[in-house]
Amino acid sequence: MARTLTMRQAINEALDQEMARDQNVILMGEDIAGGQGGDGELDAWGGPLGVTKGLYHKHPGRVLDTPLSESAFIGAAIGAAACGMRPVAELMFLDFMGVCFDQIFNQAAKFKYMFGGKAQTPIVIRAMVGAGFRAAAQHSQMLTPLFTHIPGLKVVCPSNAYDAKGLLIQSIRDNDPVIFCEHKNLYDSQADVPAESYAIPFGEANVVRDGGDCTIVAYGLMVGRAMEAAKQLSPKGPKGGVECEVIDLRTLSPIDWDTVIDSVERTGRLVCVDEANPRCSIASDVSAMVAQECFKALKGPIRMVTAPHTPVPFSPVLEDLYIPSAAAIAAAVTKTMAQ
Amino acid sequence: MSASRIVPIVMPKWGLSMKEGKVTGWLLEDGSPINIGDAILEVETDKIAGAVEASEPGVLRRRVGTPDTVYPVKALLGVIAEAAVPDAEIDAYVASYVMPAADEGEEDQAAKYEFADTPTGTLRYARRGGAGDNLILLHGFGGDLDNFLFNIDALGETATVYALDLPGHGQSIKNVAKPDLASLTAALAGFMDKLGLKDAHLVGHSLGGAIAMRMAAEAPGRVKSLTLICSAGLGSEIGSYVDDFVAAQGRKDLKPVLETLFADKSQVSRQLVDDVLKYKRLDGVDAFLKALAQAVFGGRKQQDFPAAQLAGKAPPALVIWGREDAVIPAAHAGNLPGATVKVIDGAGHMVFMEKAGEVNALIKAHIARS
Repeated sequence: MARTLTMRQAINEALDQEMARDQNVILMGEDIAGGQGGDGELDAWGGPLGVTKGLYHKHPGRVLDTPLSESAFIGAAIGAAACGMRPVAELMFLDFMGVCFDQIFNQAAKFKYMFGGKAQTPIVIRAMVGAGFRAAAQHSQMLTPLFTHIPGLKVVCPSNAYDAKGLLIQSIRDNDPVIFCEHKNLYDSQADVPAESYAIPFGEANVVRDGGDCTIVAYGLMVGRAMEAAKQLSPKGPKGGVECEVIDLRTLSPIDWDTVIDSVERTGRLVCVDEANPRCSIASDVSAMVAQECFKALKGPIRMVTAPHTPVPFSPVLEDLYIPSAAAIAAAVTKTMAQ
Repeated sequence: MSASRIVPIVMPKWGLSMKEGKVTGWLLEDGSPINIGDAILEVETDKIAGAVEASEPGVLRRRVGTPDTVYPVKALLGVIAEAAVPDAEIDAYVASYVMPAADEGEEDQAAKYEFADTPTGTLRYARRGGAGDNLILLHGFGGDLDNFLFNIDALGETATVYALDLPGHGQSIKNVAKPDLASLTAALAGFMDKLGLKDAHLVGHSLGGAIAMRMAAEAPGRVKSLTLICSAGLGSEIGSYVDDFVAAQGRKDLKPVLETLFADKSQVSRQLVDDVLKYKRLDGVDAFLKALAQAVFGGRKQQDFPAAQLAGKAPPALVIWGREDAVIPAAHAGNLPGATVKVIDGAGHMVFMEKAGEVNALIKAHIARS
């Protein structure tokens, strides 16, 4: 039965249910149990934001605190995956991934390809992404495009608690390495989540709002903002007059081109929203593909709404300005509609 | 003049989650005479669009609800009264109408889903009413008890109504040992045992109709009457619906499949598609539906003919069909000897949703007769 859960609870439940279903699922990460090797109480932390809390005692011996060395434990997790385990590694902030690029880009992503399909690396790397948490430039980036660029990796970024549970379960069952991006500012967002296990397939975007005038493509935190903009612009809203179709990509690799292209062929207008920096982003990627595949359907220029090409500011005022707002998305829609 | 002669038309509550609805238009003019079951105005929620129907006869004296406006559940939308009631009294009624906030606890109690532990596993059900005979609503393949959102309250006025999620469906147990008609019928018997229901009127839609007939054949004393709506088990033909429903993986595939259920395709809202998709994605559901489809409808032919087992021992039976049913042909309606048959125009396989008022009135009359 469905209850209302936060995204934090939904992720915890997905991990719990998959660990119960498959003994090969293990968790590895920094402070995910808490206090190991010290005097503190075990399970005190459950990770920096408490996502894995409670799992240490439910699944004895399978929630492993690691040293503060991402390159070491991500490498170990990938090795465990290659040997038949299904590790879920928590890397705190996606920003820290830099020190283990070789393990991820050159090892995990390449094994299946280089070893004739005989090796697989069913690892999930969970990490927090996104700005708005007052955590400054090294803990706030939206690095989804970096991982989307690498063939062999799958990249997931849910926008709500229901999708988070189903996509994480799919990530754990998937035989390829998955980068699972959790937006810090969505952990407390709530949705109806079934108590049963369920998997949401990769590569299936979710059309969260129907509309015939302009397509807005978004993912993660930006989906809510796109919906807010669509509401403001709708004929019943204060700004009146435009019905936007809002597409939540859900997975960036694989990506559901069909849903995006079908929509733009109907609406003739496209606004791409991305919390990442603008160059070589998901927004530029989607824009390029639409320009190539359905140029003739376009009635106006594609517009991108992204963060500026700067690090995430530490000043709260500037940080709030840095993240694409509903007003900015609405303005972009209005601009493309006017042309 | 007594206010009891004035009957309010209020925003209905269709399903547990409905908190408000939008009036989309009036179907009758001020001063129109009204009979029970007449569709008076149309309301739309994020889940579904439907008509509000009269529960009392009279004259439509006042249209309060404005089209394209959203009202909370129980808000006053209109007034029915006899022609003799003076306008001033109607004005006073409208002016003084207070939305029954009622007892929140009682409201929750009435709306709550319940669960029964049966030999088959945990089954979810909803109960309405409390007087009169027992009546059990059985949904079709891939459906759930919320399919009856337009029926359960109306039928609860004359019977103690139970709507059941069949095993493998809704929020009932998904792990079913042998998904076939026999095990689903056994689950129904187990449910009746668990709740201490000696007998009941069975109302079955599609697959649920086949289960109801089989129950009547196996335990004739426990079935007071049968109402079979677009029922399986009355012939061998069946459309591609079951196969297509099982095969549909995403919203794009599923929407056209669900549209074949209705004469009016616009009944299939995004929320309806999303809800069905969420159900289909639960662990175990895909395997269950495939096995059940194979057992009951394998090779696109109905495999069970419980109607044949009923010969000579059928309880009073009513067969209702939507003339435009694209899943099971309406021609099957005449295949149960001795049954009262009603084929309704302008409706498809989900005739009990599309023409709820008419179907509810038919069922009530059938139960009163039986």
